[in-house]
Amino acid sequence: MSLENEKTLKQKNRKILFRLVVVAVGMIGFSFALVPLYNVFCSVTGINGKTGGQTTASASMQEDDSRDISIEFIAMNGKEGELEFRPRNNRMELHPGKIYSTEFYVKNLTNKAVVLQAVPSISPGSVALMLHKTECFCFTQQPLAAGEEKWMPVHFFLDSEFPKDIQKMTLQYTLYDITGKGEFGKVVSN
Amino acid sequence: MTLVKKLSLACMTLLAFLSSQAVLATDQFNLTQGATKTSHEVYDLHMLVVKVCISIAVVVFGTMFLSMFLHRKSKHPVPAKFSHSTLVEIIWTTIPFLILVGLAIPATQTLIHIEDNSKSDVDILITGYQWKWQYKYLAEDISFFSSLSTPQSQINGEEEKGEHYLLEVDKPLVIPVGKKVRFLVTSKDVIHSWFVPAFAVKQDAVPGFINEAWTLVDKPGIYRGQCAELCGKDHGFMPIVVEVKSAAEYDAWISEQKIAMEEAKAAAAAAAASSWSKEDLMAKGKEVYDGKCAACHMPNGEGNGPFPALAGSKVANGLAEEHINVVLYGRNNTMPAWKGVITDAEIAAVITYERNSWSNKAGDVIQPAQVAAMSNQQ
Amino acid sequence: MSTVEMTADHDHHDHKPTGITRWLFTTNHKDIGTMYLLFSLLMLFIGGAFAMIIRLELFQPGLQFLDPIHFNQITTMHGLIMVFGAVMPGMVGFANWMIPMMIGAPDMALPRMNNWSFWLLPVAFSIMMMTPFMDGGGPAFGWTFYAPLSTTFAPKSTDFFIFSVHIMGISSIMGAINVVVTIMNLRAPGMTYMKMPLFVWTWFITAFLLIAVMPVLASVVTMMLTDRNFGTSFFEASGGGDPVMFQHIFWFFGHPEVYIMILPSFGLASAVIPTFARKKLFGYSSMVYATGSIAGLSFLVWMHHMFTTGMPLFSELFFMYATMIIAVPTGVKIFNWVATMWQGSMTFETPMLFAIAFVILFTVGGLSGVMMAMAPLDSQYHDTYFIVAHFHYVLFPGAVFGGFAGAYYWLPKWTGHMYSEGLGKTHFWLSMIFVNMTFFPMHFSGLAGMPRRIPDYSQQFADFNMWSSLGAFGLGLTQLLFVFLLIKTIRGGKAAPAKPWDGADTLEWTVPSPAPYHTFSTPPKID
Repeated sequence: MSLENEKTLKQKNRKILFRLVVVAVGMIGFSFALVPLYNVFCSVTGINGKTGGQTTASASMQEDDSRDISIEFIAMNGKEGELEFRPRNNRMELHPGKIYSTEFYVKNLTNKAVVLQAVPSISPGSVALMLHKTECFCFTQQPLAAGEEKWMPVHFFLDSEFPKDIQKMTLQYTLYDITGKGEFGKVVSN
Repeated sequence: MTLVKKLSLACMTLLAFLSSQAVLATDQFNLTQGATKTSHEVYDLHMLVVKVCISIAVVVFGTMFLSMFLHRKSKHPVPAKFSHSTLVEIIWTTIPFLILVGLAIPATQTLIHIEDNSKSDVDILITGYQWKWQYKYLAEDISFFSSLSTPQSQINGEEEKGEHYLLEVDKPLVIPVGKKVRFLVTSKDVIHSWFVPAFAVKQDAVPGFINEAWTLVDKPGIYRGQCAELCGKDHGFMPIVVEVKSAAEYDAWISEQKIAMEEAKAAAAAAAASSWSKEDLMAKGKEVYDGKCAACHMPNGEGNGPFPALAGSKVANGLAEEHINVVLYGRNNTMPAWKGVITDAEIAAVITYERNSWSNKAGDVIQPAQVAAMSNQQ
Repeated sequence: MSTVEMTADHDHHDHKPTGITRWLFTTNHKDIGTMYLLFSLLMLFIGGAFAMIIRLELFQPGLQFLDPIHFNQITTMHGLIMVFGAVMPGMVGFANWMIPMMIGAPDMALPRMNNWSFWLLPVAFSIMMMTPFMDGGGPAFGWTFYAPLSTTFAPKSTDFFIFSVHIMGISSIMGAINVVVTIMNLRAPGMTYMKMPLFVWTWFITAFLLIAVMPVLASVVTMMLTDRNFGTSFFEASGGGDPVMFQHIFWFFGHPEVYIMILPSFGLASAVIPTFARKKLFGYSSMVYATGSIAGLSFLVWMHHMFTTGMPLFSELFFMYATMIIAVPTGVKIFNWVATMWQGSMTFETPMLFAIAFVILFTVGGLSGVMMAMAPLDSQYHDTYFIVAHFHYVLFPGAVFGGFAGAYYWLPKWTGHMYSEGLGKTHFWLSMIFVNMTFFPMHFSGLAGMPRRIPDYSQQFADFNMWSSLGAFGLGLTQLLFVFLLIKTIRGGKAAPAKPWDGADTLEWTVPSPAPYHTFSTPPKID
């Protein structure tokens, strides 16, 4: 091979090598971008049962009493034996367009202060975005002193566009102990 | 036909007959038709696909075998020269595509039926734990754990295996026949999966999230399934048993459960309040240990791999409070918490047993009241 | 480098370097190819040994030899070693040996990077294989390592497992980049893309898949690492994360990965069948487009591994349709191989036997794949032995038989000796019988409801498991025959001509057997 040909070949090789490395690095970036993309997709469609963030009810909201939807509340205790966690109501009958309130009871059974995080999940996933919360203990971390107990409120309403073919839904809160994890843990926006 | 050929044919026939007797008598070769309309629909779709696949295989393999016979070099010394045909490519792209569309249509219909979780009569919360299931009837205040009840001795080969080896539990799920039952599935720890082939139900149990599935069983009976997502050590040992009862029997069972739960609470309270003799504690403790602890810590307390030995351990020979703490609350995401899973009396008994067995000579005796005291504050 | 110096270098290189330094520092594609192939054969045996242990425990109901934790560890290692240690490096070995010769190039485009790509592998696997001996035990969460079993609930050694995956990933990406640059820049003048042998095409496309998805694997294990050690919550529900997101990202890598494992074998079959049918490959351009379609579609189907995770209906429908569609280009390839055979003039030496068995048995695996694509049916098949049957059919009589076809085909070129046809055929027929005895019954135990990844099972599955275990023992022992044959052929045998197969017509058959250390230093003329 002549000198010029060899030099051009080396250049050609380097050019493709460089581009492919860019692709590989780009795919790493893409993979990490999948994380917020996934969260956005899920929060826009509600398909993994995650609810939206805090909403405000509009003043002109109308109660639609032509239909009844029943909601079950499930309290999943992530730390059996150290926490007590239960809903005030196991079930409520709802009309879309009306604000309802309920509470969840939590007690710290240990002799150390804890920080708790509740994570909601709704089934069926298709109505996750139809449940709007104006206030929820799941929006923020909940600190509890040793032995402390409290009732934590949830205020919510169902969207007037709630699908006609669904009569039952379930809202589950899983309560996790995140004492000491707060700093680096992902911010929970819902 | 030559003698050799006749004999070979006879042998093969005999062999085929014998093996069919041996094998077909006990083995299930095909998917179950199941006990629900859904499982029958799934079965029918499965049979359709199987037939299509077998037909395709017969055609393709048949062509190949024919070609190997007809176009072997000794019989077909001059190969043809053709190497492409656009028409043929179009044909064998289009026909499979059409076959797939033909399969996709009934598949879509069946899927839409399966995903319709609405209008249920009974709702049950199913929580997967390492390594058991918890069932909670949302309309009643009934909840209980359901664990494998096959004894270790059968698994180890010391005893002969029972009829429902590895597919039996201490307390099955009970549902009514002919009513739509909705399952809400979640997990306490890792991902599990609730699978009952007779219902064609398989739904992953994901921690922090809730999934839905449903079934409507046509016939009363007992249906068995297993966990279908690797969840750690005893993934293969957390089966599912569903007893489907007539509506009347179901109602009766619900009432019985409520009464039984009240009685159990009272009994546990009484047992917790009373003072047990060392013999009683040791006997009860051994029963609990063999049933619940020996799988990891071994019947001789020697431990295994990541599961520490209890014989000679610091915990079992040290402070009683520490020992009770570990059993009540678990540790390291590996040792489970037993508080609320077994009674305070059972915990007291098993701790007493551990502290006074094998090489352990702690000598002390733990009363249910001590456990109860620690159980209400850490 | 001046022309004069180059010629002098060539004279020097007619004498191969010797000793261990030859292998440590080689930049020669044939040496590196040999190392990859031998490494993958070693990994096949290690992974196979683990399989033997698994089948020994599963021979009868009850726990006889292993406790469940060790069973899970061995199952996990079996999967990891076979996927990342046996199949992938084996195919890279074929790529290294054959691509330069098939396109008339003197070597790979980036020979030094080629050396690093190989030597990273023993490092990665040494780390991986130390993990079972670490405190807390080795990885026991399956080769698919779902969170949170692999994050919150996993032993300390998992961090080393992650490190090992990173190293393997770098090796694969570098190897794939090398393949792309080589094929794009080093083809002999006159060898247009549509004149390249199909094996080169399938590796070209595989390399793009590797570059696209190995970084995704690297990212997902990095997210695991930070979840485990640095307080992030990608997959941890308590921090707002989602365990199912792990499955999305993993399978976005995982599905193209399985096509990475099979496409090169498609190329191997496409090299062998035309030669022994003495007829050109039917539908060359269709084959190229079909391979490209399969690769492209492979990015759109990942959620078919997740049908039971609680997906909404529209997702299930989309992924069901997309997965079923992949059957079309795959079918096209199968029909093209059959059409190559049709009206050819076939002889059935060992390479051809393996290639034909590949087509038949891969099709069996592909058809069970079509069944699994149908989401309502998957609720019965998912995580049962039906799935295990499917992927073992496409991997063992699929990828591995394709590998054997290629190995027997090119052994004369590599070693300069003809292998013993009698031994080769024996290896083939025993493998054929035992591979079916091992994996066909798994369709039935799966349909009967036996879940995956369990060390013990209820008695209605006993007969099927017994047959599988007997078949597996036979299959494992039979592979020793291949090692024996390999050693025998390397050491001696009938001298092989440049072109031992009269129906062959690609460039590697124009150089002597064994192939000289340097080939095509001057590019050949292509017409």
